Amino acid sequence: MLELHVNGGTYRSGAAVGRSLAETLREELGFTGTKIACNEGHCGACTVLLDGVPTLSCITLAHTVAGREVTTIEGLREHPLVDAFVRADALQCGFCTPGQIVSAAALVATNPSPSREEIRHAMSGNLCRCGTYPRIEEAIETWQG
Amino acid sequence: MARLIRTEKEVEGRYTEQWVVVEEDALDQWPAGPLETVGRDTPRVDGYERARGEAIYTADVQFPGMLHTAVLRSPHARARVKRIDFERALAAPGVRAALGPASGESSGGDAEASGAGAYTPDSSASAPYSSHVLTDEPSFAGAAVAALAADTFAQAADAVRLIDVEWEVLEPLLDADEAVARESLLEEPRRYERGDLERGLGEADVVVEAEYRTQTLLHNALETHQSVCRWEGDTLEVYISTQYIWGVRSGVAKALELPQDKVRVVCNFMGGGFGAKNNAGDYTFIAAELARRTGRPVRCALTRREENMASGNRNATIQRLVAGARADGTLTALGGEFVNAVGWDGFSASTSGPMQLLYACDNVRTVDYGAQLNTSPNAAFRAPGFVEGTFGLECLLDELAAKLDLDPLELRKRNYSDSDLVDGRPFSSKRLLECYRRAEPHWARREEVRARSEAPWRRGVGLASQVWYGGGGPPSYAWVRVGSDGRATVITAMQDIGTGTRTAMAQIAAEELGLPLDRVEVALGDSARGPFASISAGSSTTPSMGPAVRAAAADAARQIVEIAAQRYHLEQRVLSLRGGHVVSADGGSWPLEEVTGLLGSGQILGKGARGPNPAGMRVLTFGIQVAEVAVDVETGEVRVERVAAIHDVGRIINPLGARSQVEGGIIQGIGHTLSEQRLLDPLSGSVLTQTLDAYKLPTIADVPELVTEFVDEPDTHLTNLGAKGLGEPPIIPTAAAIANAIRDATGADVRSLPVTREEMLRALREARERETVAARTS
Ligand code: FES
Ligand code: FES
Repeated sequence: MLELHVNGGTYRSGAAVGRSLAETLREELGFTGTKIACNEGHCGACTVLLDGVPTLSCITLAHTVAGREVTTIEGLREHPLVDAFVRADALQCGFCTPGQIVSAAALVATNPSPSREEIRHAMSGNLCRCGTYPRIEEAIETWQG
Repeated sequence: MARLIRTEKEVEGRYTEQWVVVEEDALDQWPAGPLETVGRDTPRVDGYERARGEAIYTADVQFPGMLHTAVLRSPHARARVKRIDFERALAAPGVRAALGPASGESSGGDAEASGAGAYTPDSSASAPYSSHVLTDEPSFAGAAVAALAADTFAQAADAVRLIDVEWEVLEPLLDADEAVARESLLEEPRRYERGDLERGLGEADVVVEAEYRTQTLLHNALETHQSVCRWEGDTLEVYISTQYIWGVRSGVAKALELPQDKVRVVCNFMGGGFGAKNNAGDYTFIAAELARRTGRPVRCALTRREENMASGNRNATIQRLVAGARADGTLTALGGEFVNAVGWDGFSASTSGPMQLLYACDNVRTVDYGAQLNTSPNAAFRAPGFVEGTFGLECLLDELAAKLDLDPLELRKRNYSDSDLVDGRPFSSKRLLECYRRAEPHWARREEVRARSEAPWRRGVGLASQVWYGGGGPPSYAWVRVGSDGRATVITAMQDIGTGTRTAMAQIAAEELGLPLDRVEVALGDSARGPFASISAGSSTTPSMGPAVRAAAADAARQIVEIAAQRYHLEQRVLSLRGGHVVSADGGSWPLEEVTGLLGSGQILGKGARGPNPAGMRVLTFGIQVAEVAVDVETGEVRVERVAAIHDVGRIINPLGARSQVEGGIIQGIGHTLSEQRLLDPLSGSVLTQTLDAYKLPTIADVPELVTEFVDEPDTHLTNLGAKGLGEPPIIPTAAAIANAIRDATGADVRSLPVTREEMLRALREARERETVAARTS
């Protein structure tokens, strides 16, 4: 049995060796806020925090994160960034949005007032086909109210 | 009263004649400008659900015992299955059922040779069955051949590799010009002519001719095409990522020979479509059939790679164009041969549309060819045809302006059309001149922009106009329910594909009911829970659904006023709804819930329908974009630095959401112009760009400064709202505006998309050679 620490809780998982963290979170533990859009590490939709570091959960094996703290969008629901994203209209279809917010949360945790260049650097791994990028920039620039 | 009329119905620029029942639209339009809720910046009503990861997309639908599917897709662009053997696949762990091609479906191969005989259903539970969407004669790489359902997706995907297939590989047809020459066409060539092209060219002082090419583009919505199918008794439930709940319902009912009401289609949240999700798709039929066979819910979801092989595309085009004008800039002739490289199936979009519609030119001749090729079928992609055709036409206009030594904006103004020259109808509204006027300050920046050039970077400014449909139409229906607590729910089985239509409908109902927005819910996304609603394609959701929602809200408001009049002994005409209250002309005011509270558990139910489009008028959308670019003339790198967009789409319901739509359209347009391209192996026809690292979508780092403006005047002839659609217009002029800015910066004519470094350097070389020749001859 694998023991996973997710959003402050402890979960036992029967995930087979080789199963990705994203699938385990979504299908076994019910954390469907983490999206899978490419399943091969190219888009950022599946971003979670691993001990605070943004990580692509679709190319992370569940068994490699035992004992580490996993934070998904469900663990960031009260983060002021959520408000900032909605206010700035930084989402259209919203499929990329949880991943965007997780990446942004990691950025502002270490750099609360990032410059435009720093935002672009930190967020360029999160694709958005709807093209909400200017709004995402605005949300991250204004998240502190 | 309902009227039965025979009318032209337009979706994505395609017209069909059909019978439509319309109800009168008795409401006067609201005054122009921001109202209480409509016309004001409104964050999405479902923003928190989506942002917090609570929204359940099709990808998130899970049922106990649900099986997962993997599909065997043809690796060959044209081939025949000589033999197919499921034995090893069916024995693999977790596999529950298999599907193969329907026997007798395909032409040519006999049952034995096609392999159909190898898997005639027998009594064993694990024998493979057939489905009409599977083929043993794949005509494009990615065509579905067989499918397996297993306990997990990983098991299904592993087992698919164990299906043994013996292929006979055939020579594919991949070149569009060759297809036209060989008359491999999906439909008759579409010809259009007004006036006389030759005469027009004869009258011209200046003629330009050019060939433009646009590439094949992939939609790549982040949620891939997918369905979960579940049988509940004799009813099939289809959870699907779709742009058209009702189209899926009728498509599935027809194919499976079910009564329509035995198919329930659900799509509450959807992760993008851009035109590719208008139909049920092979995945839905595969899931439905496997669910029937196994008695379990079945998910069939395309992987990203399947998405890019087989789920539709914006087809490539070749455009051979000519334009003639008098010295003063008056257009005398426009002509074009447009070859659409449609693919094996799909439709030939009207790439010639902009040439026919945008300018007042008396002599126009166009022909569209829809080439049938061994490539995957196209699908509508955000203004299909018009994005491509506008690139050609608007670049051609600028090449003409350069030859005439005329300001490109001035050239467009001189050829402004006041009515639709295709069928002589007046426009219901057209404020393109106003768009041009508002573009002037952005256009005037070009001296300053050019002056900022410093080697090796050259800077310039370009513009392009836009015309498109977007008027929507009947039929579409909505209900509005008001409870005793004074809260309202809009009920209609439409879908919000990410454009924010749920929010727009809430605003419209709130405005009509005089309620604050937080007292209005919108229940959509379920064919079993609301009336018929429009497809979300062709920029039609807001102009089709909005008037129906307003009519339903007005019907509910009327009933509330009737009750209030009796309760407070007043005349109905002195009462109205405002700020959550029933108010009377003499200053009386009662909370809405005091009136609706009289109903106890009862409810007010209002119903509304979309009225007819204005008779004898052409409803179109217009706009202009002004792009600023920098070009590194040594490496060929192009950077877009600023785009200003001014669009005329009638009344704007939600300016905040509308700006997002425009920005998203421009950003997709930048991807189309500079980086995106589906590449095929030229020999085998297989897709080389299946992943998101090979197919280059724009990232946050590619986004320039964006400026968005709307004319925002209601179309006084169109419905009770005067609002048109906005989903597609903003992507239409972007590529041409960028290409024209490149010409302004460098003198080079880019004529092929995407503008890769190779194409940029080629155009620069050509421009230099032209200059050398000109210098020598002068
Ligand atoms: S789903 Fe993990 S990076 Fe795309
Ligand atoms: S909001 Fe649709 S992909 Fe980002």
